[in-house]
Amino acid sequence: MTESDDVWKVNRERDGKSEPFVSNLPQAGPVGKIFAPVAGFGVTLRNFFKPTVTEQYPEKKVAPMPRYHGRHQLNRYADGLEKCIGCELCAWACPADAIYVEADSNTPDAQYSPGERYGRVYQINYLRCIFCGLCIEACPTRALTMTNEYELAGPTREGLIYEKQDLLAPMGEAMLAAPHPMVPGTVDDDYYRGDVLKVVEEQKEWVRENRPEDPTLPENRAAHQENPEHRKGAYVNQDANVRNHQTSMQHASGNLGSGI
Amino acid sequence: MTATPEKAAAVDTVSLTIDGKEVSVAKGTLIIRAAEQVGIDIPRFCDHPALKPAGACRQCLVDVASPGPDGNLRAFPKPQPSCAMTVSEGMVVNTQHTSEAADKAQKGVMELLLINHPLDCPVCDKGGECPLQNQALSNGRPESRFIDVKRVFEKPLALSSEILLDRERCILCQRCTRFSKEIAGDAFIDLQNRGAMQQIGTFNEEVLDFDGYEPIGVAAEDESGKAFSSYYSGNTVQICPVGALTSAAYRFRSRPFDLISSPGIAEHDSSGAAIRVDHRRGKILRRLADQDMVVNEDWVTDKDRFAFAWQNLSDRITRPLVRGEDGELHEASWPDALAAAAAGLKAATEGDTAQGAAVLPGGRVTLEDAYAYGKFARVALGTNDVDARTRVASDEEQAFLGATVAGTGMGVTFGDLEKAPAVLLAGFEAEDEGGVVFLRLRKSLGRQQVFTIAPFATRGSEKLNATLIPTAPGGEGKAFAAIKASTDAAEALKAEGSVIVVGERLAGSPGAFTQALALAKRTGARLAWIPRRAGERGALEAGALPDLLPGGRDVASASARQTVAEAWGVASLPETPGRDAAAIIADAAAGKVGALVVGGVTPSDLTGPMGEALARTPFVVSLEVRRGEVAEHADVVLPVAPPSEKAGTFVNWEGRLRGFATAIKTDAMGDHRVLDLLARELGVDLKTGTVADANEQLAALGAPAKGERPAAPKVDAAKVDAKPGASVVLASWHQLVDEGALQDGEPYLAGTGRTAVARLSAKTAEAAGATEGVVTVASAHGSLELPVVVTEGMADGVVWVPTKSPGAWVAQELGVEPGALVTVKGGVA
Repeated sequence: MTESDDVWKVNRERDGKSEPFVSNLPQAGPVGKIFAPVAGFGVTLRNFFKPTVTEQYPEKKVAPMPRYHGRHQLNRYADGLEKCIGCELCAWACPADAIYVEADSNTPDAQYSPGERYGRVYQINYLRCIFCGLCIEACPTRALTMTNEYELAGPTREGLIYEKQDLLAPMGEAMLAAPHPMVPGTVDDDYYRGDVLKVVEEQKEWVRENRPEDPTLPENRAAHQENPEHRKGAYVNQDANVRNHQTSMQHASGNLGSGI
Repeated sequence: MTATPEKAAAVDTVSLTIDGKEVSVAKGTLIIRAAEQVGIDIPRFCDHPALKPAGACRQCLVDVASPGPDGNLRAFPKPQPSCAMTVSEGMVVNTQHTSEAADKAQKGVMELLLINHPLDCPVCDKGGECPLQNQALSNGRPESRFIDVKRVFEKPLALSSEILLDRERCILCQRCTRFSKEIAGDAFIDLQNRGAMQQIGTFNEEVLDFDGYEPIGVAAEDESGKAFSSYYSGNTVQICPVGALTSAAYRFRSRPFDLISSPGIAEHDSSGAAIRVDHRRGKILRRLADQDMVVNEDWVTDKDRFAFAWQNLSDRITRPLVRGEDGELHEASWPDALAAAAAGLKAATEGDTAQGAAVLPGGRVTLEDAYAYGKFARVALGTNDVDARTRVASDEEQAFLGATVAGTGMGVTFGDLEKAPAVLLAGFEAEDEGGVVFLRLRKSLGRQQVFTIAPFATRGSEKLNATLIPTAPGGEGKAFAAIKASTDAAEALKAEGSVIVVGERLAGSPGAFTQALALAKRTGARLAWIPRRAGERGALEAGALPDLLPGGRDVASASARQTVAEAWGVASLPETPGRDAAAIIADAAAGKVGALVVGGVTPSDLTGPMGEALARTPFVVSLEVRRGEVAEHADVVLPVAPPSEKAGTFVNWEGRLRGFATAIKTDAMGDHRVLDLLARELGVDLKTGTVADANEQLAALGAPAKGERPAAPKVDAAKVDAKPGASVVLASWHQLVDEGALQDGEPYLAGTGRTAVARLSAKTAEAAGATEGVVTVASAHGSLELPVVVTEGMADGVVWVPTKSPGAWVAQELGVEPGALVTVKGGVA
């Protein structure tokens, strides 16, 4: 006799001793017992008189609740510098390992975020993301937040790995595209405290000197708004389906682990 | 102290109670170590087992009571630092786990430490592996009460191009300064100022008078002008318990959770230091020292730590290249490339007019690779023309190595070096060529007499407090012979356990190895051969030298050939003595070699006409990681794996096998496997397809039988005529950080290297008219212009220049080996 035989025997003996199953739900009365076979139709009948909830998606798009967990967004400060410092805390917090970040040093020639560090590579793999929002909680600078955009489907795996340029918030009216120096006389702490409220003339001057064609310069804005073909980079992302898949495919070639 | 009381002291134990647990430890143990032994964790920052106690951070405060003279337990009035207090009999220690006072004290210390700490963990490189971060959570207050303005410093302060100091984050534990002073001897950083303004800063001539806020100027001692020019500075980054010291190369690169850590062995020198390779997505991001108490203890050199970029530069080859009819290299499949290589080698070795093939493995290969190269040459190519010594080499050296080094297993060890009462260094600069050997020697500072046969006392020698025996290169033989009964050195070396260290450079000094053996016999000192490169000892053991078969068996010995031939399953091995690397290159340049199989050889490191040799040899097969100079002339280039992408064994200078596994899995193959495939195309089975196969064969061969080794060399010591004048003797060696091929692609490390200078004694400088400014060192081949440094106590009639530092590529520019005569003239020629 083997050990499993023993177990089997003991189990059967225990079965023999056990009480028959008795539900502890309230038992229906005599009337209830008569109507029990058709009681389920009651649910259907009740709903005949309720307003319809069917949404005519995609013909008619309904905005989700304000705190709906949709696609992520990498925010900017009022002067256009990126909030992301590449600390990877989002990637650390992510239970699905959907986020990949590589940081780098800001230099005087290329200041992307306040302080010393910025996120050079930022990828979120929407095949993995479970929209739990832990990354948002982890972010120390409120760089990463979630939008209400929910149309996250695509024909390729590579296309669903969103890169930094896909996730960055659109440039606001008064913003100046990074890289450019911080507001003179401020340190990173001033940005974190929210003391930097607008682009200053020195920053515009720097961009004029280094990137005179930059579309976010006030003098170039008008021309670019007339000619939407110039819109790129910061302006993509209006619709996930027309997103530029090519850019993410380029990066995906060097992306062995985070996805697929 | 004699041996007996020391032994008695070692077994003296002390019993004490920690948190109610009884523990018996050796007398003199620190409380914190005793607590570790019973598994009680006490938070600490400044405490490091390899450094002397400092009691600087006060984080390890515990309640202590010990019996007074009357035998009653008396508590110390205040909590005591457990890292700085030794145990005593009957002591009662209560840590934060059992004593409220200790816990409160620790929380208070933590609160004070964090007052000026910027808490910029998201930006800080240490975030995620930071003792301060971890212990602030485990032993700190959950919330800060501090509402004032924190002290700020300019960040970061570059101590060197590689080491960055962020003083805001510093908690003044002094691990870095203690390491620099106690271990490395480069005390270039120290505490400055007092009170709240206390900070770590760089040493400089104005240190006592500095502006009260930050240091100014540069270190006076160093030619490079770098304030923290130490070959071991990277260790301070690793032991920093906060993110105050960071390295420029790893700055903001990743987080610990990103990294996969694989153990490895450093490929840069013959010490075989244990390292940890941290990589992400197939790319190495950093390397750290791994603890190996018998080899490198806790430390590695900056070269071992930072020089790893070379293997992933843009010139890395991953697919075989074959030279097409158009004269260009084209990517080819492995079968095509192997077939082409085999056809070319066959043409060179078969037929009546065949000139034969030769093999140059290079000095950086693993034991298994070297074995494959040696076996390939002897079995597949039928020649003894294989030499891994692509450096200065001689037959005397080969006889010395075969007779006394190869196949002898472990000889002198790091531990022996540390314990030796006297050490004589010859042809070997511990700091530049030995890496962690220097740290072991320095560990015995004050307990050990060091003598060095060298042209001048380097900074490394000074740090070892070494006695210089000024000798011009080539004169080492005579210098050994001069160490006779009456000299200090001879007396010191007679003490039991003394060691004579000979470097590979003695090969350029006729009679030096002979005389070193004689001196060892005369004084009873043990002899250790410490080459520079990682593959040298392995190549020797594996038989990748022309006249040595595996284990140091002499090719000239018929029984040795027979043994090896039987083990390899071939009828016979070639009898003709092989040519050494220099002869192979010279003959190839004269068009007398039919084919060359070249491993990791950098032509610019060689004084011989390597470029011409490659150009004139009809068929060249190159096994390389990167597309380099050799590939330009090669007919077939076969890509091989760098050390991090293959498994293998380096044999360090002790003879210790330092095996390592593949850190990053790629489809790159080690040299041994590529040679195995190539040999198959030639109709020979080398059986070196795997590391295990090669090791099995080496183990089966074992040590040579009596009479199979070559005889010890007997060469008369040369006399060197070094006199101040226009024509002087060239002295040169590689500085640790220079422009070697394995340091490519790492500008931050290169910045910490010492600037190239030409050193002359005062007399020599005067005779050459080069007491200041620039000096021109010239040979028949070319010249070098370098800033002159007049060096006190230097041998006369000698000029020293670094071998491959920026602006001083001796082999390429001068084309002569150290020991040759060169002309020296002040000013630019």
